[in-house]
Amino acid sequence: MSEIYQDEACQAVTLTLNGTPRQLKVQPWVTLLDLLRDQLDLVGTKKGCDHGQCGACTVLRNGKRVNACLTLAIMCDGDDLTTIEGLADGDRLHPMQQAFITHDAFQCGYCTPGQICSAVGMVQEGRACTREEIKEGMSGNLCRCGAYGNIIAAVEEAIPLMQTAQTDAGGPR
Amino acid sequence: MTPFTYCKPSSISEAVGLMGPTSQLIAGGTNLLDLMKENIARPEQLVDITGLPLTGVEETADGGLMIGALVSNADLAWHPLVEQRFPLLSQAILAGASPQLRNMASTGGNLLQRTRCYYFYDTGTPCNKREPGSGCPARAGLNRIHAILGASDACVAVHPSDMCVALAALEAVVHVQGRSGKRHIAFADFHRLPGDTPERDNTLADDELIIAIELPRPRFEQHSHYLKIRDRASYAFALISVAAALELDGERIVEARLALGGVAHKPWRDTSVEGLLKGQPPTTQTFEQAADALLSNAQPLLHNGFKVKLARRAIVRALTVAAAGGQA
Ligand SMILES: Cc1cc2nc3c(=O)[nH]c(=O)nc-3n(C[C@H](O)[C@H](O)[C@H](O)COP(=O)(O)OP(=O)(O)OC[C@H]3O[C@@H](n4cnc5c(N)ncnc54)[C@H](O)[C@@H]3O)c2cc1C
Ligand code: FES
Ligand code: FES
Repeated sequence: MSEIYQDEACQAVTLTLNGTPRQLKVQPWVTLLDLLRDQLDLVGTKKGCDHGQCGACTVLRNGKRVNACLTLAIMCDGDDLTTIEGLADGDRLHPMQQAFITHDAFQCGYCTPGQICSAVGMVQEGRACTREEIKEGMSGNLCRCGAYGNIIAAVEEAIPLMQTAQTDAGGPR
Repeated sequence: MTPFTYCKPSSISEAVGLMGPTSQLIAGGTNLLDLMKENIARPEQLVDITGLPLTGVEETADGGLMIGALVSNADLAWHPLVEQRFPLLSQAILAGASPQLRNMASTGGNLLQRTRCYYFYDTGTPCNKREPGSGCPARAGLNRIHAILGASDACVAVHPSDMCVALAALEAVVHVQGRSGKRHIAFADFHRLPGDTPERDNTLADDELIIAIELPRPRFEQHSHYLKIRDRASYAFALISVAAALELDGERIVEARLALGGVAHKPWRDTSVEGLLKGQPPTTQTFEQAADALLSNAQPLLHNGFKVKLARRAIVRALTVAAAGGQA
């Protein structure tokens, strides 16, 4: 962990990150996004705008999709966090990851981790069924390359696969 | 962000005791952290209120709802009782921000979000709201998104919330608690017009915390509509929004509510215009007369004249859809 993030202002935070319990020390003003990327070297989660406007930093906090750039790490004490690095089951990709590959749902790939985490959160919300609902439900994730068509196709394909996986595992994962 | 200290009280009275000129409450953080990153808000202490017991949605005796200040925007929009009894509120919330932000944003924080005026956000320019007395560059500058009603020489900013426009139409009541106890504020009195003191967005005292929002008995679940007009189809603030709610008795309007977003420093409601609608048939002509009356005092700026025409059409359309049963 980088030295510059450790000083007397630090406070203890206990959280579960991608299934592993972690005890960390964070300065109060460090965002969850900066904690992940700069202190924990989990650079899958991207910083696009740092102001809640693009969705590149989307992670799952207690199962719900949130913008890590507008979340203080210190406020995540006791929480269960999942980032793009935590979605696969060993070498077996999450159905949403696989669907993004199958449908070539990216160009530069910068928005992709946020898109995938957001899509997983959306499916767990259970509100998006039609194509229109998926489009609206994914509107918090911008794609500068404009891969929207393939992103929607990937999400459409993954929804039933995720539902089957959830039933098999006896609940959402 | 400028460094600050952090604390997390576990009771409302403890939180109220920690409030002061250099400390600020944080709930979802979606507005405050943005403002702190821009150096517009610089609290020395953050008081995290997310541990307070304000997360419930309870039915009241008259069939209304008491909504805890910490209920997330997403949970509120999708609450079965809100969807059934106050679909206008669900629609307005879902028209705002993004799904991620709605998961984070709280009911109380939504009321206190600050304007999106470009000059308020740009610390390199003057702004009476940010630095009282420094001036308002928006009046003579870029003012496409600014107010057409109720503005002052000192400030032409608009309130950005969608949820608040529906709450204004539904005559919600804001329950607050401060050092001297609890009180409640009618929604129409909660936000204020800028006048000479645009630095104050609302009438909450410095030591007061919002504990709940109360919705009075449902009357408009059959005939309401929230219409939001923005620069792109989703994930953008309103240029104009309209919350329309009607109670119909056969072919007459018994009760009407009309609130506008994107036009003023607060959600704009004009009860005299609502009075004009009462007793009338729900026709296009009735709605056009109401829209003309509401906009008769509009004072557009150099770049936002289009808002007057847009608002007129939006009012007529929202009322028409509401009268027809709320489905656009
Ligand atoms: C990119 C982006 C787009 C957005 N688009 C929209 C949109 O289209 N429509 C829309 O309506 N909104 C939009 N929003 C704004 C969003 O709805 C607000 O930021 C959110 O509702 C604020 O709630 P919060 O809990 O996160 O508040 P916070 O950021 O935690 O707090 C905001 C303010 O409220 C105070 N506060 C919080 N809770 C209380 C309480 N209980 N009592 C007293 N004071 C309190 C805080 O001290 C702070 O001053 C957008 C935001 C972003 C970042
Ligand atoms: S980096 Fe968080 S929304 Fe853009
Ligand atoms: S793939 Fe490049 S931003 Fe989306």
